[in-house]
Amino acid sequence: MSSQLVHAGFSALLTLLLGASVLGVELRSEGVTTIVAVEGALTWLWLGGAVVVVFLHQLFRPKIEAMRRQTWTGSRFSLPPLLKNHAQRRLILALVIGALLLFPFMAERSAVDLATLTLIYVMLGLGLNVVVGLAGLLDLGYVGFYAVGAYTYALLNSYLGFSFWEALPLAGGMTALFGYLLGFPVLRLRGDYLAIVTLGFGEIIRILLNNWTDLTGGPNGISRIPKPTLFNLEFSRRADEGNVAFHEFFGIPYDPSYKVMYLYILALLLSLVTVYVIYRLMRMPIGRAWEALREDDIACRSLGLNPTGIKLSAFTIGASFAGFAGSFFAARQGFISPESFTFIESAIVLAIVVLGGMGSQLGVILAAIAMTLLPEIAREFNEYRMLLFGLIMVMMMVWRPQGLLPLKRPQMELKRG
Amino acid sequence: MDATLYLLQQVINGLTIGSTYALIAIGYTMVYGIIGMINFAHGEIYMIGTYIAFIVITGLAMMGVDSTLFLIVAALLVSMIVASAHGFAVERVAYRPVRGSKRLIALISAIGMSIFLQNYMRLAQGSRDKAIPNLLPGGWEFGGDGFAVNLSYMQVIIFFVTLASMGVLALFISRSRLGRACRACSQDRGMANLLGINTDLVISMTFVIGAALAAVAGLLLGMYYGVVNPYIGFLAGLKAFTAAVLGGIGSIPGAMLGGLILGIAEALTGGYLSTEYKDVVAFGLLILILLFRPWGILGKPEVEKI
Repeated sequence: MSSQLVHAGFSALLTLLLGASVLGVELRSEGVTTIVAVEGALTWLWLGGAVVVVFLHQLFRPKIEAMRRQTWTGSRFSLPPLLKNHAQRRLILALVIGALLLFPFMAERSAVDLATLTLIYVMLGLGLNVVVGLAGLLDLGYVGFYAVGAYTYALLNSYLGFSFWEALPLAGGMTALFGYLLGFPVLRLRGDYLAIVTLGFGEIIRILLNNWTDLTGGPNGISRIPKPTLFNLEFSRRADEGNVAFHEFFGIPYDPSYKVMYLYILALLLSLVTVYVIYRLMRMPIGRAWEALREDDIACRSLGLNPTGIKLSAFTIGASFAGFAGSFFAARQGFISPESFTFIESAIVLAIVVLGGMGSQLGVILAAIAMTLLPEIAREFNEYRMLLFGLIMVMMMVWRPQGLLPLKRPQMELKRG
Repeated sequence: MDATLYLLQQVINGLTIGSTYALIAIGYTMVYGIIGMINFAHGEIYMIGTYIAFIVITGLAMMGVDSTLFLIVAALLVSMIVASAHGFAVERVAYRPVRGSKRLIALISAIGMSIFLQNYMRLAQGSRDKAIPNLLPGGWEFGGDGFAVNLSYMQVIIFFVTLASMGVLALFISRSRLGRACRACSQDRGMANLLGINTDLVISMTFVIGAALAAVAGLLLGMYYGVVNPYIGFLAGLKAFTAAVLGGIGSIPGAMLGGLILGIAEALTGGYLSTEYKDVVAFGLLILILLFRPWGILGKPEVEKI
């Protein structure tokens, strides 16, 4: 007990030191001088409370853990086998897709707009899921590919007059090329290097976009990026020279919400394509190889798989999805600048993948919805969003590294004893 | 003549910055040497060290202390203690529970910790720049008529404090009992454990030492630039990591060398090419070194045993 007391006392002191030094005092700018202000009694009361909690928790930790072991026999939650047979699964899938397609006609314009944004994050999450979740490669510069996709469309449009549909495949190809060129030197090495090199890559792209003013417009970005068209029908009030506007073609009055709906449906289709393509890839030899490589590098090599090639394919494919999402983002916003492509975006997408369960598509989709809707519902939460994302990543890795909705594979286990 | 002096000025600036990169890089390289993971939160520890140093300097100055030496020594000690406490806590909370799991899991936990710390400081201290006055204004000027080389007192202090910290570290690693345990752990952690070394303690101490050195760098660079904000840890961490890889990750002399090389390379780019692309140099160097010599300048090629 006495060693436990010492341990608890040490933990409490540590908490006090950490809290008092950062939360207890604050540097404030007053005019040209900086002063140190001691926080009010309330902060210190909270700090004192935290110290007491830590002390008691550490003091009784062995007992708490013993109790938990008795009551909680470790029935782990994972996705219940909701959909048993194939026909049932198809029916539900069709119902969900139908509901999603009908959604813009029922909901308000702002809700549809928000849903479009969510779908962009779904696409990004699914793309990064290939790299992080399936192949087990930590990519911290995913936003770099997103930026490459967005700028590819924006630049092709403003210099060469490409339309969205012409630029979309080119944007995907361009980001895939970037992914290949970046992955080639790095993927031969251990995974840690990839994380830091991709982090650097994301920064380089942003710095380049910011400083290459002649081409990219620098911090001012590129504006007046046209929205996608529907078979050359435009969704603006007045169509450009030689084009026809959607409402004129069908002889209906102009309504700006058509544009929002169309963008939503487009995002939905792109997301569905992403889901389907990745779903098929996962069941192809290449997809199996990704997961095998993630689980055991050496076993894979002894089975004759080329690890570098497999990693490179995952990295390139994951990057190209970011390219599609990026060019859609550019089309939706109509304006892009390097400010949209900071490290924070990479961190958000990574948090989505981690929370959703690495490798699980459904988990990632649900996590993307949660992560984009939560800050909208609770505005005051926005301030704490990144703090929570960081915390979530640590806590998930410590307690539930497989994610909230992990991928369930058919498996057999040898029972011992 | 002027061109030579200009070059000399860039080299002086580069050595100043580079020596602080080296201090931060030691933290990366020691942790990597012992547990084989990148401590992504290390840059944030440096940022916290800078904040604490600023708080101490400003607070003591408000109380009427005007001895510059006392201010600096007090800020150095307090920020080293607080940063070490943070390093220790970070290891306990985010790294120890995932130590046995796969590498990806430890990496994500580390990056999460980094994001958490950055935003925690942003919420606690505000996101705007906080400035302190220059404690050691002035310096020496020498050289020709067209261009005079400027060597400020601050730069000299940075160089000597860095050298002294590295000397102490080298003594500690080579002479002390704990230093020997550190070396044993970096060679073979399992075996060290079997031989009765408390490896948990050694790992904790590695984080504490790394954090303390980062705090020294935080104080020095903070005084050099005069401003701090919650985002400085990100870039500084990246660059220090580059320095560690450049010199050969896992090797302490390598980290020192890598820091100096990176600092000079950056200063030369800033002085001759363009200041905007100064930050790109670090990553360019990182990619080049990974392409041609992934084990770095002083490191040994890693032999993977199956």
